[in-house]
Amino acid sequence: MNTPVEPNSYRTGPDENGHFGIFGGRYVAETLMPLILELEQAYEEAKNDPEFHAELANLHKHYTGRPSPLYFAERLTKHLGGAKIYFKRDELNHTGSHKINNCLGQILLAKRMGKTRIIAETGAGQHGVASATVSARFDFPCKVFMGKTDVERQSPNVFRMKLLGAEIVSVTAGAGTLKDAMNEALRDWVANVHDTYYLIGTAAGPHPYPELVRDFQSVIGNEVKEQMMEAEGRQPDMLVACVGGGSNAIGLFHPFLDDTNVQIVGVEAGGKGLDSYEHCASLTVGSPGVLHGNRTYLLQDTDGQILEGHSISAGLDYPGIGPEHSWLKENNRVEYVPAMDDEALEAFQMLSRFEGIIPALEPSHAFAEVIKRAPKMDKDQIIVMNLCGRGDKDVFTVSKALGVEI
Amino acid sequence: MIETRIDRRFVLLKEQGRTALVTFVIAGDPDMDTSLEIIKGLPGQGVDVIELGMPFSDPMADGPDIQLAGKRALDAGQTLVKTLRMVREFRKDDADTPIVLMGYYNPIYIYGNDKFLTDAKSAGVDGLIIVDLPPEADEELCIPAMKQGINFIRLATPTTDSERLPVVLNNTSGFVYYVSIAGITGTSTPDPEKVANAVSHIKNKTELPVVVGFGVKNGEHAEAIARGSDGVVVGSAIVSVIEASLDNGKATDKTISSVYKLVSELSAGVNRATA
Repeated sequence: MNTPVEPNSYRTGPDENGHFGIFGGRYVAETLMPLILELEQAYEEAKNDPEFHAELANLHKHYTGRPSPLYFAERLTKHLGGAKIYFKRDELNHTGSHKINNCLGQILLAKRMGKTRIIAETGAGQHGVASATVSARFDFPCKVFMGKTDVERQSPNVFRMKLLGAEIVSVTAGAGTLKDAMNEALRDWVANVHDTYYLIGTAAGPHPYPELVRDFQSVIGNEVKEQMMEAEGRQPDMLVACVGGGSNAIGLFHPFLDDTNVQIVGVEAGGKGLDSYEHCASLTVGSPGVLHGNRTYLLQDTDGQILEGHSISAGLDYPGIGPEHSWLKENNRVEYVPAMDDEALEAFQMLSRFEGIIPALEPSHAFAEVIKRAPKMDKDQIIVMNLCGRGDKDVFTVSKALGVEI
Repeated sequence: MIETRIDRRFVLLKEQGRTALVTFVIAGDPDMDTSLEIIKGLPGQGVDVIELGMPFSDPMADGPDIQLAGKRALDAGQTLVKTLRMVREFRKDDADTPIVLMGYYNPIYIYGNDKFLTDAKSAGVDGLIIVDLPPEADEELCIPAMKQGINFIRLATPTTDSERLPVVLNNTSGFVYYVSIAGITGTSTPDPEKVANAVSHIKNKTELPVVVGFGVKNGEHAEAIARGSDGVVVGSAIVSVIEASLDNGKATDKTISSVYKLVSELSAGVNRATA
């Protein structure tokens, strides 16, 4: 067995062709290549423009409500009887999840690039809502592609997007989930390259998306670093976040990647169990392949056909994963584990009852892992979990799963 | 690189003063036997180059017709192994008609790039069009394919500007495929005059033949596009004819004949352009 060479830094990727090791890259149709190169250039310019950062910081503060609090979950800490548990409360952001962090960054880019129309894909609808929100705020028409299954199970978010003026396209292909929505968004983009900005919601897709989404989400981890010093005078022992495509996780993890005494855990959707086909644990049981513009771990068959995943959480229901996570798995910097549907449901209820916070089903997966780990850790150790979304959108799904009529 | 059946075919077409008719079907649509019989008969209907689609679960650059065709093939059990077997069968009776495999990268990557190129070459594949492998990824498959004597055919599109064109043409061999619309397969119809201008722009930069595809639906379109190019590709229209002939997703006695009827119309259209 080859031991991977430990890099000097885990934070230097991607290289100029968008690779994290063998992962990432730009696997797109030629029609899109000039646009992707244009986006890369625009992002490089924006990165070096203090005005861009100032405008974004201003929006974070006055529009989103950042910094989001770092909250000590006293009752859960006591109940689980081990490590101190802190939640990074990105569910308190305007629009109810971490997705707004990335959308604000990208809408400013779209404006700089002179684009006049926004398209986006969405699974749980959190990114769709955030995209519709920033499109309303900056006066862009916005079209959101959403799988038919997700339209049905996330109806509150569908209505929110409509209120915000977005047009929703219900995608019937495949299982009608996030993967199919992304295919359809890419098709729309190819047909409307002249005026359209594709606002990708997760840290996946062709380069430079994984990099720029990560950078826009890194505000999460950067804030945690400061807030942790204030609260405890030191950095945490462990970070935990859920991974679907992996944007909230990379946002929390990235600033800590070189702090190698901080243990980092990503939690995938284990669905109904890994021995079935009904899960989305691409890092745990998938293999490297090429989909949606990047090489990454995928759920696929022996012929290279992509499998339909399953998760109770629409936001984790994706058979791939951002390429940087694939790289962090291969070099063992981050540990990736699955949490099953029923474990997430239990975690959802525990968090609601003990802390008075109804989490989204996505971070409920992360909390399911915290429930397993915290009791085994010492009382002076610290876990920070990214509570990346609130659960209002999920109450119908959860009531159905619990057999309660509302 | 060494001369391929594609190179020889375009030399022959030039001698005859003809424009190429290139047809696309998905391998295994609606099932492998019917699909094999369809491609075996295509040269007899006037087809010069056969493009055989390798079905993929997530065809991001394709419109509804080809998406459905790919799904039919996959549901009927088509795999890349079977697609190569079809080519091998075809070659038993036809040593001259070029075959180009077209599709997405992942099934090849999973098959193993080197093994795929070896097996494809020995089966009788002449060229590859891999939609999601841009020139930036040439090291992965394009250059190894050229070394095997398989043409790697690149798509030029309406978004390919003068700065980008040399990048696209570099390492392209066999022919250049001009995508006539910015969009997915089988949706809008291209404007023949714009297409002819784009083709002549590309021909200023390359010796390779330039064929045009996306949106050509019937003999008249084919004729109009053929006037300004070295070849016309028709895909979605043929695939739709297959779909229309099916009964509950299964092939009927009309399936093959209706494909040939359309193809002979297309062939007549292309030949009118050269007459």
